[in-house]
Amino acid sequence: MLTISRELVDRIVAHARADHPDEACGIVAGPAGSDRPERFVPMENAERSPTFYRFDSMEQFRVWREMDDRDEVPVVIYHSHTATEAYPSRTDIGYASEPDAHYVLVSTASEEETPFRSFRINDGVVTEEDVKIVEAYG
Amino acid sequence: MAIEVRIPTILRSYTDGAKAVNAKGSTLEELIGDLESRHPGLKSRLVDESGLRRFVNVYLNDEDVRFLGGLGTPVADGDTVTVLPAVAGGAR
Repeated sequence: MLTISRELVDRIVAHARADHPDEACGIVAGPAGSDRPERFVPMENAERSPTFYRFDSMEQFRVWREMDDRDEVPVVIYHSHTATEAYPSRTDIGYASEPDAHYVLVSTASEEETPFRSFRINDGVVTEEDVKIVEAYG
Repeated sequence: MAIEVRIPTILRSYTDGAKAVNAKGSTLEELIGDLESRHPGLKSRLVDESGLRRFVNVYLNDEDVRFLGGLGTPVADGDTVTVLPAVAGGAR
């Protein structure tokens, strides 16, 4: 299960809406071993595409080193689908490379609602998990 | 002295869980060959017939080796090589 604060959910959705119709992407870092997403880091989609995303390699390097220095990990890796459902595509599954991360997908296909779902992706196997949205971490 | 290679979580099964290992060589290609001799299987996760795998980022110190010289990039004792899987995906 992913437990995440409402503020972070709102920020992820706002980022996805702002970049629509291109896919938006980013991470939420948290202390290693805590499984608690805390620090919102929107990333540039180097592909600037409605159907593909890739973190800019130099931005990724800086962000990953900063996490290392702070003893953090990417607890959440998020991106948006802009015309399809919030479910991992074959591409998403093929490139998933952080077995400990919660892969969050949001869909901006509809203007009325923004589905927000979370998955584990491990060795090509997708497992959807519940998302518990809290006002604050206890 | 040697060259420190920082290994991402997903490849640590090849390094007995180590986050960083030492290797030697005068180019990135030699370095990867040396890594393979100590950690069999690692090389094919980093390169294919055409060179560095497209969805693996390799950095020499603070630079992406794609902007340096790819596999021919010179490396030297004291350098740090960082491997990060690209974070990518998308609807198609």
